Amino acid sequence: MAISDVNPFEAPPAGDNMFARITDNVTRIAETATPPRAWYIAFGFAQLLLLMFLGSLGYVIWNGIGAWGNMMPVAWGFPIVNFVFWIGIGHAGTLISAVLFLFRQNWRTAINRFAEAMTIFAVVCAGIFPGMHIGRPWLPYYMFPIPNQMDMWPQFRSPLEWDVFAVSTYATVSILFWYMGMIPDFATFRDRATTTVRRVAYGIVAMGWRGSSRQWHVYERAYLILAALATPLVLSVHSVVSFDFATAQLPGWHTTIFPPYFVAGAIFGGFAMVVTLAVPARQFFGLKRIITIRHLELMNKVIMATGLIVGYAYGMEFFVAWYSGNKYEVFTFVNRAFGPYGWAYWTMISCNVLFPQLHWFPQVRRNPWATLIIGLIVNVGMWFERFVIICTSLSRDFLPSSWGYFVPTPVDLMTLGGSFGLFFTLFLLFCRYLPMVAMSEVKAFSPAGLAHGDH
Amino acid sequence: MNLFVFPRWANKTRQIAGVVLGVAPLYLIGLIWYGASPKTTDVGYMPEQPVPYSHALHAGQLGIDCRYCHNTVEDSSHAAVPPAQTCMNCHSKVWTTSPKLAPIRESYATGKAVEWIKVHDLPDYAYFNHSAHVTRGVGCVTCHGRVDQMEQVYQHEPLSMGWCLDCHREPEKNLRPPEEVTNMTWAPPGDPVAFGKAFRAKNHINPPTDCSTCHR
Repeated sequence: MAISDVNPFEAPPAGDNMFARITDNVTRIAETATPPRAWYIAFGFAQLLLLMFLGSLGYVIWNGIGAWGNMMPVAWGFPIVNFVFWIGIGHAGTLISAVLFLFRQNWRTAINRFAEAMTIFAVVCAGIFPGMHIGRPWLPYYMFPIPNQMDMWPQFRSPLEWDVFAVSTYATVSILFWYMGMIPDFATFRDRATTTVRRVAYGIVAMGWRGSSRQWHVYERAYLILAALATPLVLSVHSVVSFDFATAQLPGWHTTIFPPYFVAGAIFGGFAMVVTLAVPARQFFGLKRIITIRHLELMNKVIMATGLIVGYAYGMEFFVAWYSGNKYEVFTFVNRAFGPYGWAYWTMISCNVLFPQLHWFPQVRRNPWATLIIGLIVNVGMWFERFVIICTSLSRDFLPSSWGYFVPTPVDLMTLGGSFGLFFTLFLLFCRYLPMVAMSEVKAFSPAGLAHGDH
Repeated sequence: MNLFVFPRWANKTRQIAGVVLGVAPLYLIGLIWYGASPKTTDVGYMPEQPVPYSHALHAGQLGIDCRYCHNTVEDSSHAAVPPAQTCMNCHSKVWTTSPKLAPIRESYATGKAVEWIKVHDLPDYAYFNHSAHVTRGVGCVTCHGRVDQMEQVYQHEPLSMGWCLDCHREPEKNLRPPEEVTNMTWAPPGDPVAFGKAFRAKNHINPPTDCSTCHR
């Protein structure tokens, strides 16, 4: 079948009432025989990037991590920058699905499903970097406390080990949350299926969901419990990631501001990624009636608020460095802004602090394309934040004789660029085959669903 | 399309999955815990040697000291396997025509070593020094078992890293006066732990547990 030039999702959704129209609006994306041309172009591009990712990882496995630019004194370099960047992206999904749920922010229902998907795909990307950076990626089980004949255990006093637990817990809870939320929507897909393959495939993942009131009762309970379990993870995971730095003795890392600063930064960067994905998705998949301008505006407000917290943290770091009277601290921060990595620092400041200020104007934060562009800028800025933290502090430590300057190799850049290929491949497959919007939840808070009052 | 995708018996999959998910991890853990342990895979290794030499006869009944043949253990990292000359000290007088000893006589005549098979074989990345252990009072029997009762030598202990570390962390369990190292039946006088601790303190025996102690 030829790929149509007209977007098949532009037409108004079919159905004679609001519930039917919501169902049609979401299910037709997965049920169409041919997705729009934009999907194929995006998927092909993502596949190319993914190929580059696999190629660069294969090269690194074959030659060792010396293929990357990490070299003393900057032993962490790109792999850890990318790890923190990707793990931070994930936090918006958990915040939207858990914290906003507990706070009864019902607007979350339009965006929570794909924000959760984004979380999981970001964690997948994040996990690959430390997994490769251990140098022998075929021995990752050494990171887990498995009883063994050698009597060897991981170093439980190391925050890198806490990371293993924090991130694996986070991945587990996020996947459970995401999957359980999709069960009613899978059942809708199954019931509308026109082929045996779809009927059986969605039937298996729907796990026998029939929508009885008893099932709904259990489902709501489980959802609440999972939300309560996931809420501390919003704070804990990136706090633990920040301990990788904060428990070290290095000036610029050894500060108590790190956990809240990292969590705010993660939510900031995560929401930026959500809007980056939401704007094209609502455009190409005809979801403008579900993900409305109001949703974009609310997310932009979150971006602005967390961006201000991050900006405050940048300022506070300088204040504390001066107020501490510690000359190493002072040097580190002056060097950060005016040293050899000053270009990266000012990129970070303008992307994370200056550009989000445009959202003070309602015309900007209600404009999808401005939202998309500022979202992309914030993503760049948050990547540079991690780069600045890692590279400026490591490259100039206590002894001037051991100073250095980190330069990424082409393999570094290919691995970073390629990780976006993995992320977008997973996301585009999700858009094509899974319920992109939580239909049942959206219906519950639609005007028709609230006919009996909000209770 | 049918309302129900799956036949009625599919309801059973939930119980089956529950049992499988509950039991399979336990089974796997047990399987690996027991099956992959050096206690299972390595202990009891008993290769056929080119000469059916009986330690039970020589070291047990005849009471020849370990160091008569393995004469380097106190000075060297390596415990020497004796050359045919050592055997011929006696066997030029006794059992001179025994067909079982033919390889020994041949080796004695030609100077070509008998190809004994190493039983206690540590990996090449693990460094072990016999003299360091023997001179500090770790008995032969502690690692090699009752060799004086073995018709054919076999591996008695797992020789795993955890097994080494057990003793390096608590050496007092396995210490004896150095003059008793080859005694297969020595028992500490009085309370074994008290003896070991006192002996350890007196002789400053502090075995290291750094990686580089054994992995050089």
